[in-house]
Amino acid sequence: MQNRIQSLALALGLSIVTMAAPAFSQEKSIVVASTTSTQDSGLFGYLLPLFKAKTGIDVKVIAQGTGQALDTARRGDADVVFVHARSQEEKFMSEGFGVKRFDVMYNDFVLIGPASDPAGVKGSKDVSAALKTIQAKAAPFVSRGDKSGTHFAELALWKDAGIDIATTKGPWYREIGQGMGAALSTANAMNGYVLSDRGTWLSFKNRGDLVIAVEGDKRMFNQYGVILVNPDKFPSVKKELGQAFVDWLISPEGQNVIANYKIDGQQLFFPNAEKKAS
Amino acid sequence: MVSSNPTLVAIVRLSLAVSLTASLIAAVVGMPLGALLALTRFPGRAMLVVLFNAMMGLPPVVVGLAVYLLLSRTGPLGTMGILFTPAAMIMAQTILIVPIIAALTRQTVEDLWFDYRDELNAMEVGPARRIATLLWDARYSLVTTLLAGFGRAIAEVGAVMIVGGNIDGFTRTMTTAIALETSKGDLPLAMGLGLVLVGIVLAINAMAWAARLWSERQAG
Repeated sequence: MQNRIQSLALALGLSIVTMAAPAFSQEKSIVVASTTSTQDSGLFGYLLPLFKAKTGIDVKVIAQGTGQALDTARRGDADVVFVHARSQEEKFMSEGFGVKRFDVMYNDFVLIGPASDPAGVKGSKDVSAALKTIQAKAAPFVSRGDKSGTHFAELALWKDAGIDIATTKGPWYREIGQGMGAALSTANAMNGYVLSDRGTWLSFKNRGDLVIAVEGDKRMFNQYGVILVNPDKFPSVKKELGQAFVDWLISPEGQNVIANYKIDGQQLFFPNAEKKAS
Repeated sequence: MVSSNPTLVAIVRLSLAVSLTASLIAAVVGMPLGALLALTRFPGRAMLVVLFNAMMGLPPVVVGLAVYLLLSRTGPLGTMGILFTPAAMIMAQTILIVPIIAALTRQTVEDLWFDYRDELNAMEVGPARRIATLLWDARYSLVTTLLAGFGRAIAEVGAVMIVGGNIDGFTRTMTTAIALETSKGDLPLAMGLGLVLVGIVLAINAMAWAARLWSERQAG
């Protein structure tokens, strides 16, 4: 019995050591808090191996909504944030949590709806008019409701349409508090409308009857920005490695990689970094 | 697809490594704790028994959140820097299943204690020796206890998602991969992964069963 206990303890000790080893051997790695859209669209899967081949830096992506990603960085748990809600990013900067914010790329939002188009908004290029119609007809609308970049964009579009969604929403307006994919699946299941970033929409596999209802409105612009978390706030931030990632993203090489990422021949993100911080 | 996919193999390996390690640590902590609780009488013991029983139903997402706040850079254990690593996932799952193992062990040992009490009392052995003897004699039942803890660990998604971050190739487990593929709308792949997970759990339980039969036969 004593022997068995000893060998059990030994096995246990060994397994802890082997498990802990990767945790302590992460010299050349950074944690990037980013959005579900950059991960679910497959961009990171394409881009990060190229970055690693070039620099040897392992990028660990935590895919969250923009609001949550910024909060993760506010607690010092990420080295870099890569998100898409300009107003939230500027708030983050003004609170002193970031070093500098850089534009990286853009794409656009699309209003998705069922092919049967119960609100009759399909083909419109005026997102405000479409939202007004959806509200007037009380057609089901799925909101992310999770403080993500897309959620903030959706709220801004309601505001642009002159609708105070917080006070006028009815049972037709369904806040699910989940990621983009889950919101699309929900819209599919309840024949509803939903705002999506184009990247996630293009790579989404459970579309059912969903189609693009409204696209091409200038107000549906979707800008992504990257920020190195301020090492003065959190000494644990890997300043050099994080900066290397930011620099590479906005370099001609990184920008070229972003432009080359395509699904079914369709480009998902359009690089637009300038060399100056905003 | 299943056998030839190195990503899937890595995900399965991480899931098993994390949950088995958590189960073993939880056993080392929880079994003596449960036995101690079975053998001793002190004021507040009943409350502790109820507490452990209730904590078998701890929501993984709450444990995940608590461990996240502990390990966050701004949290009390932030300097360890293990948030978003397998070590953090092991920690969360261990906390999740210690109560299960302790509560089930207490019940098993308590039942056994009634049969052994006179004998152990007559032998006049100390409490540590009593606990060791009872745990050893209950070992076949305790395998089931260990499997209950392991089953809880390998199946949960809430805690590992929060403290691991579902990082591709580093902290992605079977369950977080299933959640991710579901959210990406790839339901067939998500379901396929789910079946792989169920198959693995089944295989491990079958192995535990076989090991038990074998050792019972050895013991005669």
